[in-house]
Amino acid sequence: MSSIGLLAILGIYLSILFYIAYWAEKRSHSKWTNNPYIYTFSLAVYCTAWTYYGSIGVAANSGLSYLPIYLGPVLIVPTWMIILKKIIRISRVNKISSIADFISLRYGNSRFLGALVTMICVFGIVPYISLQLKSISDTFHIVTKTQSSSNIFTDTTTYVCLVLALFASYYGTRYVDASEKRRGIVTAVAIESILKLVFFIIIGIYVTYFVYDGFGDIYTKAAVLENFDKKNSVGDVTSGINWFFLCVLSMFAIFLLPRQFHTAIVENNKEAHIKTAIWLFPLYLLLFNIFVFPIAWGGNILFEGKGHNSDTYSLLIPQFFDNNFLTVLVFLGGFSAAISMIIVSSIALATMLSNNLLIPYGFIGSLENTSQEKNSKRIVISRKIGIFSLIILAYAIYRIFILDYSLVSIGLVSFVVIAQLAPAFFGALFWRRGSNLGAIIGMIIGFLICFYTLLLPYAIGITNSSNTFVQEGPWGIELLKPFQLFGLNYLDPIPHAVFWSLFFNVICYMAISVSFKGNYRERNYAEMFVDIDKYITNHEDAFVWKGTAYISDIKKVLERFLGEERTRRALTIFNLKYNIDKKITTADARFIKFAENLLTGHIGTASAKILISSVIKEDKISLTEVLRILEESKENIIVNKKLTETSNELQKISEQLKNANQELVNKDIQKDEFLDTVTHELRTPITAIRAASEILHDDDDIPEEVRKQFLQNIISESDRLNRLIDKILDLEKFETGKQKIYLSRNNISRTIKKTLESLNQLIKNKKITLEFDDVNKEIKAFYDEERIVQVMHNLLSNAIKFCSETDGKISIQIIENIDNVEVRIHNNGKGIMKEDFEAIFDKFYQSRNQNVKKPIGSGLGLAICKQIIEHHKGTIWAEDNVTDGATFIFTLPNYNTTEK
Amino acid sequence: MKKILIVDDEPNIVMTLEYTFKKNNFEVFIARDGQEALDILKNQLPDIIILDVMMPMVDGFATLEQIKKDKRLNHCKVIFLSAKNKEKDIEKGLALGANLYVVKPFSIKKLVEQVNELIQ
Repeated sequence: MSSIGLLAILGIYLSILFYIAYWAEKRSHSKWTNNPYIYTFSLAVYCTAWTYYGSIGVAANSGLSYLPIYLGPVLIVPTWMIILKKIIRISRVNKISSIADFISLRYGNSRFLGALVTMICVFGIVPYISLQLKSISDTFHIVTKTQSSSNIFTDTTTYVCLVLALFASYYGTRYVDASEKRRGIVTAVAIESILKLVFFIIIGIYVTYFVYDGFGDIYTKAAVLENFDKKNSVGDVTSGINWFFLCVLSMFAIFLLPRQFHTAIVENNKEAHIKTAIWLFPLYLLLFNIFVFPIAWGGNILFEGKGHNSDTYSLLIPQFFDNNFLTVLVFLGGFSAAISMIIVSSIALATMLSNNLLIPYGFIGSLENTSQEKNSKRIVISRKIGIFSLIILAYAIYRIFILDYSLVSIGLVSFVVIAQLAPAFFGALFWRRGSNLGAIIGMIIGFLICFYTLLLPYAIGITNSSNTFVQEGPWGIELLKPFQLFGLNYLDPIPHAVFWSLFFNVICYMAISVSFKGNYRERNYAEMFVDIDKYITNHEDAFVWKGTAYISDIKKVLERFLGEERTRRALTIFNLKYNIDKKITTADARFIKFAENLLTGHIGTASAKILISSVIKEDKISLTEVLRILEESKENIIVNKKLTETSNELQKISEQLKNANQELVNKDIQKDEFLDTVTHELRTPITAIRAASEILHDDDDIPEEVRKQFLQNIISESDRLNRLIDKILDLEKFETGKQKIYLSRNNISRTIKKTLESLNQLIKNKKITLEFDDVNKEIKAFYDEERIVQVMHNLLSNAIKFCSETDGKISIQIIENIDNVEVRIHNNGKGIMKEDFEAIFDKFYQSRNQNVKKPIGSGLGLAICKQIIEHHKGTIWAEDNVTDGATFIFTLPNYNTTEK
Repeated sequence: MKKILIVDDEPNIVMTLEYTFKKNNFEVFIARDGQEALDILKNQLPDIIILDVMMPMVDGFATLEQIKKDKRLNHCKVIFLSAKNKEKDIEKGLALGANLYVVKPFSIKKLVEQVNELIQ
C-alpha cells in the first residue's frame, strides 16, 4: 500500500474521530455520550498499542508473561465498588482534576508534593507516549513497506505525530476548569476502544479460522516448535514470583496511570457507572486476550527464524497473505489504541504540568492582577502548549532513544515509575497518620531506586557503552549491581526494580509518617479523605481553619478566574446550602474551602491555596485543636444529617413555635390591655363613690334631696363594682377552664321563657314588642341550663338596651338544623358595624369603641357569652343588618348530635 | 363669675363635680363626651375645663388638641381627670398642653383648691 493511500485513509479516519468528538461535545448531556458503556469503554484506554501489538510479541517470545498485565486489573476491579467510589467522591467534592492534585491535597495541599508527583508522571509517561508513537511509526512503515527515514523531516510519521499533537491540544483544553467533563474526547476514546477490540478480534478470527483450522490446528503445529513447552508453563517458584510482581504492578497501574485516573475519576459522571464497569471492563480485557495466543503462535509458525519483529505479527500475517484490507484494518486498530493513549495521557499530564508545576511555581504571580478573560486564556494556552510539546517531546525521545526497544519493556518501565505513587496514594485513602514528609521521601527514594535499577541500565544499554556497570556493579561492588541489588538475583529486572523501589518507598513513607507528626492541615485532609462518606454532602464543614478573612477579598480573587457572573452564582449557591445571611462580611472555614474548591479546577489545589491565602490572615492551630474541632464537626455533621432528614418536620415545628410565640406575645399584650381596662373600670365607680362620700362628709348644709341622690349613687356604683367583679371572676373561670359545665337534656324554649320572666318588667317599661312564636314548641338540646340562661339574659338585656326608644321590637326565633339548634335574637335598634362583628365579643370592647352614650354594662357580657357557648361546642356571632337593627345568633349542638 | 366646663361620660361623677363647683360660685357647663364639649365651646369661653380622658366618640386627648387649635381658648386652663394613671398617659396629657393631670379617684376638696389656684 502506498504512503499517500494510507495517509488518505488515516485522514478520513481522523476526521471521523474529530466529528465524533465534536458531536459528543454538543450533546454532552444526552444519554448517548453519558452512559456506563461509554464510561467503561473509555477505561479501555488502558489497552494501548502495547497491548495491541506488544502482548503478541511477548506471547511469541516468552509465552504466558503477557498475561499478568491483564490479570492484575481483572483481580483488582471487584474492589472498585469501594475504592474507586471513594476516590471519585473525594475528587468530586474537592474538584480534583489529576492524580497530582489528589495526592498533594491529601498531604496538606503540599505544593512540593504536587510538583513531585507531576515530575514522576512526566518521567514515567512521556517515554510511554514515545512508545505509542513508535508503534504508529513502525506499523506505518510495515503497511506501506517503506523504511523509516533517519531524517525526521522526510519521515511521513513525523507529520502524523504533528497532526495528532494539534488534535489533542485542540480538543483537550476546551475548558479552563480542568475538573470539567470532556464528553467529546471521552466518547471518541470509547469509540476507539470498541474499534480496536473489534479489529483485533477480526484479525484473531482470520488467523485462527482462515489461516489455520482453529485453535487445535495452531496448537498442534506450534507444539513442534522449539521452546514451546517452556514458554507456555508457569514453571518454577522464581517465575511465579516474577508473575506476582507483574500482577501487583498492573494492579497499581490501573489506579495510578494518569490516563486511568483521568478517565475513571475525573471524567466519571455517575458513581453508578462503576457497576457496569466492574463486569464489562474485565470482559473487555478477556476478549482482548483470547486471540493473543493464536496470533502469536500462528506468527511463530510462519515466521520463526526469519528475523521479523514478533510485535507486528498481526500485521505481517495478513500482509503475508496479501490481504490489504485486513492489514489496514489492523493498522487502524493499533492506531486507535495509540492515539487514545496519547491524547488522554497528554491531556492529563498537561493539566498536571500547568496546575501543579507551572502555575504554583511562578506563573501564579502574573495571574494575580489581570482580568478573568486574560487569566482563562493564559491557562488554556499554557495547557495547549503543554499537550503539544509533550507529544513532540515524546516523539523526540522516540527518535533519539528507543527506536530499537520492544514495546513491552518500555511500557513496564513506565509502570514501575508510576507505581512509586502507590504508597502515598493508597495511604491517602485508608491511613490517617500518613504525612507529607513521609510521602515525599518515600517517593523520592523509590524513584531513585527505580532510576538506578531500571532507567540507568536501560539508558546505558541504549547508548551501547560498555556493560560492566550492569554486569559487575559500579566500581565492581557486587551488592550494587543494578539488576541484582543487595544480592537479590532470582528476579527479572522489572520485578526486581518493583520489589526494591516499593520496599524502600513503603518503609520510608511509613517510618517517617509514624516518627514525625504532620502539620494540622495534613491531618485535616487525612480525616476528609479517609472519612469521605461522612463529609460527602457538607465537606466544607470538615475543613478546619481559624483566622480573619473577608468575603469581599476572596470574591475579588474568584472573579479574576471565574468571572463576575459565575462567582455571584457560586456564592448564592453557597449561601443557600449553608443558610448564610448575605450581609455577613467575614468568611468562615467553610467559605474558604468552598473558594479554594472553585479555583482548584482552574489552577490546581496548590495555587488555589496560595491565592486564597494571599487575601486572608490565618492563625496557627495546634494539632490537638484540629482533632478536637474535627471531632466536633463530625458530630455536627451527624447531627446535620439527622437535621436534614427531619428538616421538613423541624420547619413545621419552628413555624408552630413561631406562631405560639406570637400568640404568647399577643396574649401578653391582651393581658396588659385587659388589666388596664379592668383598673379603669374599677376606678370609675370608686371615683364616683369617693366624690359623693367626700361631699356628704364635708358639706353640712347639703340639701336633703341632693344628699339622697348622692347616697343612691353610692349604692348603685357599689352594685356596679360588685357586678364587675363577679363578671371578671366568671370570665376568668371560663378562660382558665375552672368553670364546669353541667350538661343535661333541656328544652330550649322553656329556658328562654324562664329568662324572659326576669326581664319582663324592663321590656314593659320600655314598651318593647316581643315576638317569640316558638314559645311552646319543645326543642330539646343538651346544655347547662343555668349558663344558657346567663347567655340569654345577656343577649336580651343588650337587645332591650339598644332597642329603638320609641317603637322597640325584639324577636326571638329557634331554628332546628340537622346537627344543631340555632337561636336568633333580633332588635330593631342601632345596628352593629360589620368590622365590629368579631371584636364585640372581646372583653371591654364596648367601653372603648361604642359610639353611643355609655350604657350601663361591664363590657364583659358578650365575652362571657362567647365562652359559655364555646364551652358547649357551639358558636355565637352577630349578623349583618345595619339598616334594621342587630341580630345575635348562637348555636348549640342538638340532642341527637350530643347523644352520639 | 368664673365659668367651668366639665367633660365626663360618668353621670355620677359629673353630678358631684357640678354640685361642688356650683357651690363654689362657678357657672357650670356639662358635656358627656369630647364632641359635646367642642360644641359647647363654640358659644362659651370657660375659664377652666375639666376633661376626662376615656370617653366615647372623641376622647380627652383629641378634645384638647382641638381646643389648642382655637385661639379664643388660649386663656383657658385645662385639667385632665382620668383613671388612667400610667406615667406615659400623664406625660402625654401634659405634653398636649394640659395645666394639670389629676388621677381618679381624686379628692374634691383638693381639686377645688387646684382649680382656684390655676384661675388666679
